[in-house]
Amino acid sequence: MKDWRYWLAEQRGTLLAFAIFILMFAIYTANHPAGFTANVVQTASNKGVLLAFVAMAQTLVVITAGIDLSVGMIFTLTNCLASWLVIGTGLETAFGVVAVLGTGLLCGAINGAIVIYGRLQPIVATIATGAVYFGIALLLRPFPGGSVNEDLADALTGRLFGVVPASLVALFAVVLIVWVPFSRSVLGRAAYAAGSSETAAYMSGVPIRRGKFAAYALAGLLAAIGGLFLTFFTYTGDAAYASGNAYTLFSIAAVVLGGVSLFGGKGSAIGAIFGALAFRTIGDLLFVFDFDPLWQPLFQGVILLIAVSLGAFALFRVRNRLEWFL
Amino acid sequence: MSETTIGGIAGRMPKFIRRADPAVLTAFACIVLLLFLGSLYSRSFLSPEYLLQQLKVASFLGVIATGMMLVILLGQIDLSVPWSVAVGAMMAAAAAAYGPIGVALAIPFGILCGVLIGIVNGIGVAYLRIPSMIITLATNAVAQGLMVVYTGGFSPQDSATGAMRYLATGFAIPGVPNAVIIWALIGAAMVLVLTRTSFGRSVYGIGNRERAAYLSGIDTRRVVMIAFAISGGLSAFGGVLLAGYASKAAQSMGDAYLLPSIAAVVLGGTSILGGRGSYLGTVAGVILITLLQSILSVMQMPEAGRQIIYGVVIVAMLLLYGRAPASR
Repeated sequence: MKDWRYWLAEQRGTLLAFAIFILMFAIYTANHPAGFTANVVQTASNKGVLLAFVAMAQTLVVITAGIDLSVGMIFTLTNCLASWLVIGTGLETAFGVVAVLGTGLLCGAINGAIVIYGRLQPIVATIATGAVYFGIALLLRPFPGGSVNEDLADALTGRLFGVVPASLVALFAVVLIVWVPFSRSVLGRAAYAAGSSETAAYMSGVPIRRGKFAAYALAGLLAAIGGLFLTFFTYTGDAAYASGNAYTLFSIAAVVLGGVSLFGGKGSAIGAIFGALAFRTIGDLLFVFDFDPLWQPLFQGVILLIAVSLGAFALFRVRNRLEWFL
Repeated sequence: MSETTIGGIAGRMPKFIRRADPAVLTAFACIVLLLFLGSLYSRSFLSPEYLLQQLKVASFLGVIATGMMLVILLGQIDLSVPWSVAVGAMMAAAAAAYGPIGVALAIPFGILCGVLIGIVNGIGVAYLRIPSMIITLATNAVAQGLMVVYTGGFSPQDSATGAMRYLATGFAIPGVPNAVIIWALIGAAMVLVLTRTSFGRSVYGIGNRERAAYLSGIDTRRVVMIAFAISGGLSAFGGVLLAGYASKAAQSMGDAYLLPSIAAVVLGGTSILGGRGSYLGTVAGVILITLLQSILSVMQMPEAGRQIIYGVVIVAMLLLYGRAPASR
């Protein structure tokens, strides 16, 4: 097979997610009362970027054939922590940002340690650690409140040169700094290999444990970046159970829309980012078409249900019925 | 020497203790430990009234965990419990608004709605081969969306009917709360199904290796779907009972039952990978979780502390005996 065809086959999920996003965003802006202006794009990107960070976090874990049901709670926890720490002079703010990101990394590392070295099932383990993280968030912020360094917040949620949303630039920077090096490193390849076939990877001497551990830890870091941005957008910390859960759920939807296989070993965080942006845009379509906001949870749920059911089409390609059972 | 004495003691013990799963024994030992710690904290902890009250509270979780156990035995998981519970409660309460027939059919209608959620889960898992944690999260979201639209458009009746209140809080037999009797009946039925019917044996078989079960002629997809339907129905029934207990159905009433129901099943020694576990263990797990909750609330632990202790206890207990075999 020629090089470009191979590349196309590999990136099919990502390109599909990109196409869905472009289509949905075109429909969205075409029907938005204000049209395609820098303001509309800025608002949409600020909303979408939050989910994009959490979806990237989920991708890293899903690639290893695991799942992290605590991403939303790490997101909430770091939001609450940032509303205490990311404030004051430049140095204090910088320390706060490092502390928040470090907390996220630690939460992810705890998940990874329990799942990989404790050999527990990721579902149950991360539900339990998610409860712990939410409890800590609630300790930090029993009531919504707190504040954030507003200069930094405005800089990161505003526009560069009056056109480009700064949050999109930040997202791009995170992709370059975290995802690209990881996916090309030995550890990243190990994470893919572990998701594809753990036994084969083990037999080939791939460092699967370290690779999976790095994936879980970096997932915590990415969720923390999301939590930091949530603080920048809202200026407050809020330990909301429902919102943490919703982000976990939507991150799975975004990952599926982004062409990342839930069975592991396939997909990329770039796809998940477009999946997240597409999911957000689809959710907001209701508003431009003047639907009652009450319908939004149902609408998003149905999108999720359809998105996960699409994977079932692979069943038609199964020749041997025994392949139904993994 | 000591070995023979232990052997001698074990030999004289009833058969069911000798054959018991160490996980189940650990869970029961933890219950005794919790009761002991509780009695140090407060005298009234060991009073029959208090214990009976705990058993009554435990029975709601018990009904929900019964369904969860069936699904976990298959090696799957049901994350749609929160809104199955809420749908069961809210639909039963809503049905009561439609005259005397509505009141009479309120409870079956609530359960039926839960069964429908379970059937959607089951079709997704069994026939479309979608990973159970994903499809059940999705149906949970859809159920939530439906309930938000339903209660938002107009405010439906949300108070429990007399029958629901009677089931949850009444006393058909003096001294024994009805909820406990219901849990006992459902539990007994579950034990019977799991150990005496081909359906129950198929559940264990599928949990061990679905391929092997399929090749031995079991219609594994139908069994999986029925199991999810039962789980959905039992969650909804738990919701009906809870609504009767609180005499009101509320939107977020199921949120507090997802983690405890999984925890109860897993702490009771049922393997999260499926195929192994006994109902006795689930009973122990349910009582253990309820006692833990009760002690934390007696100590006036805030919600934050409760969440943290929950999570830590579950991870710790799982690390003790819920680990997967090392991959070699």
